[in-house]
Amino acid sequence: MDFSIIITEYQFYLTGLWTTTWLVALSLFLGLCIAIPAGILRSSDHKIIRLPIWAFMYFFRGSPLLVQLFLIYYGTAQFEWLRESWLWEYFQEAWFCALLAFTLNTGAYTAEIVRGVIAAMPKGELEAAKAYGMSKWKTLRRITLPNSLRRALPVYSNEVIFMIHGSAVAGIVTIVDITGAARVVNARYYAPFEAYFSAAILYMCLTFSVIYLFKRWERRYQVEQ
Amino acid sequence: MQELLNYQNLLLQGAWLTVQVALLSLLLAITLGLLGALAKISHSPVLRFIATSYTTIIRGIPDLILMLLIFFGGQILINKLCYSLNETINEYFTGYDANHEWYAYLPDYIDISPYVAGIMTIGFIFGAYMAETFRGAILSVEKGQIEAATAYGMSKSKIFFRVTFPQMMRHALPGIGNNWLVLLKTTALVSIIGLQDIVKIAGDASGSTQQPFTFYLAVAFVFLFFTAISSAFLKRLETKYSISTR
Repeated sequence: MDFSIIITEYQFYLTGLWTTTWLVALSLFLGLCIAIPAGILRSSDHKIIRLPIWAFMYFFRGSPLLVQLFLIYYGTAQFEWLRESWLWEYFQEAWFCALLAFTLNTGAYTAEIVRGVIAAMPKGELEAAKAYGMSKWKTLRRITLPNSLRRALPVYSNEVIFMIHGSAVAGIVTIVDITGAARVVNARYYAPFEAYFSAAILYMCLTFSVIYLFKRWERRYQVEQ
Repeated sequence: MQELLNYQNLLLQGAWLTVQVALLSLLLAITLGLLGALAKISHSPVLRFIATSYTTIIRGIPDLILMLLIFFGGQILINKLCYSLNETINEYFTGYDANHEWYAYLPDYIDISPYVAGIMTIGFIFGAYMAETFRGAILSVEKGQIEAATAYGMSKSKIFFRVTFPQMMRHALPGIGNNWLVLLKTTALVSIIGLQDIVKIAGDASGSTQQPFTFYLAVAFVFLFFTAISSAFLKRLETKYSISTR
C-alpha cells in the first residue's frame, strides 16, 4: 500500500471532484426543468401528450444509464446528417453527451416523483385555502409547495444520491471526473487499489454531505407532532 | 437491421450472460441481506455495528467504483497477501533447515475472473439494500406469532424458517422487486471489467459494423424487455402472497 502517489497526484482528484460536482448539479437542475412539466403532463387527458411522455419515462427508467450514455456518445456518430450539422460540435464532446444522458435520465426519474406527489395531493387543504380567500399564488407558496416538498424531498434525495453514483460512468467516456481521475492515476502507476480506494472515499464524502444537507432541509418542512 | 440479424446469436449469448449475472447476484444479495437484517436486529452490539457499517459504507460508494476496486484492487491485494504468507511460511522452514527450498504453499497468482468479480460486487452492493428491506419486513411480523412459536418450544432457527420468514416475505416483496429492477440495470457495468455481456458484445459489433446507434438501441430494448417481464412477474407474485390478507 503506497498512498503517497495519491498525495502527489492530488490535483487529478480535485479536478475530478469538481467535474463530478458540476456535472451532477447541472444535470439535476436541467433534469428538474424537464421533470416538472413532464410529471404534470403525464396525467394529461390527451393521449397525444400523455403517450410520448410515458414512452420517454419508460425508456429512461427501464434501461441502464451506461447504455443511454453509450447510445448518445458513440451512437450519434452513426448519422451522417448529424455529423455534418453544427450540432456535431457538441455531440463529439464527451462532457456534452454525459450531460445530456444524465439530464434525460434524472429527468425521467424525477418526473415520476413529481407525478406521485401531484397524485397524492390532499384536496381538502387546497379547498380550505380557497375558503380562506387565499390567492392562487399564495396557495401555491403556502400550501402546495411546502406540502409537496415535504413528501418529495426524501424521495428526491435518493434520486440525487443515485445520480452521484450513476455519474461514475462518465469516467468511462474519457471525462476526468472522480472515476476518470482514478483511472488516470491507475494507468500511470498501476496502483488500482490505492487509486480506486481514494475515489471511493471522495464519493463517500460527497454522498454523505448531500445526505446531511437534505436532512437539514427536510427538517424545515417537518410537521410538529 | 441486417447487421442486427447477423449478430443475433452473439447478442442472445450476451443477453443470457446478463441474466445469469443478474440472477446469481440476486441470490447472493438475498443471502447477504437476510444475514445483514438478522445482524441488525440482533442483541449483539458487535454484529449490529458490522451490519450498520456494511449498509452505510455501501450506500456511499458508486457501484462502478466498488466493482473496479474489487476486480483490479482485490486481485492485487489477494496476490500480495498470498505472497507475504508464502514468505512467512518459507522463512519459518528455513529457520529449521537452512537447505529448505522456496516453495509456494499458497498459489502464487490468483486470477479473479470478471464473472466472479461482477457477481460478487453486485451481490455485495444489493445485499446492503436488501438488508434494509428485510429488516423492515422482519420487524413487521407480529410479536405474538413469535411468542406463540417460543411457547410451542420451537428452536430459534425453526422459528425463523417456519414463522418469521414466510410472513415477512409478504412485506419484503415490493422492496425486493424494486431492488431487482435496479440490480438488473446495474449488471450493464460488468461490460467495463471485460465480461462478454450484451453491452460489451454490442460495443464490439458496433465497432465492426459502424452502426453503434442500432446496436446500443437494441441493447436498451432488451433491458426494457427484461424490466417489463420482471414487473409483470412481480405483480403476479404480490397478488399471490397477499391472498390470505385480503
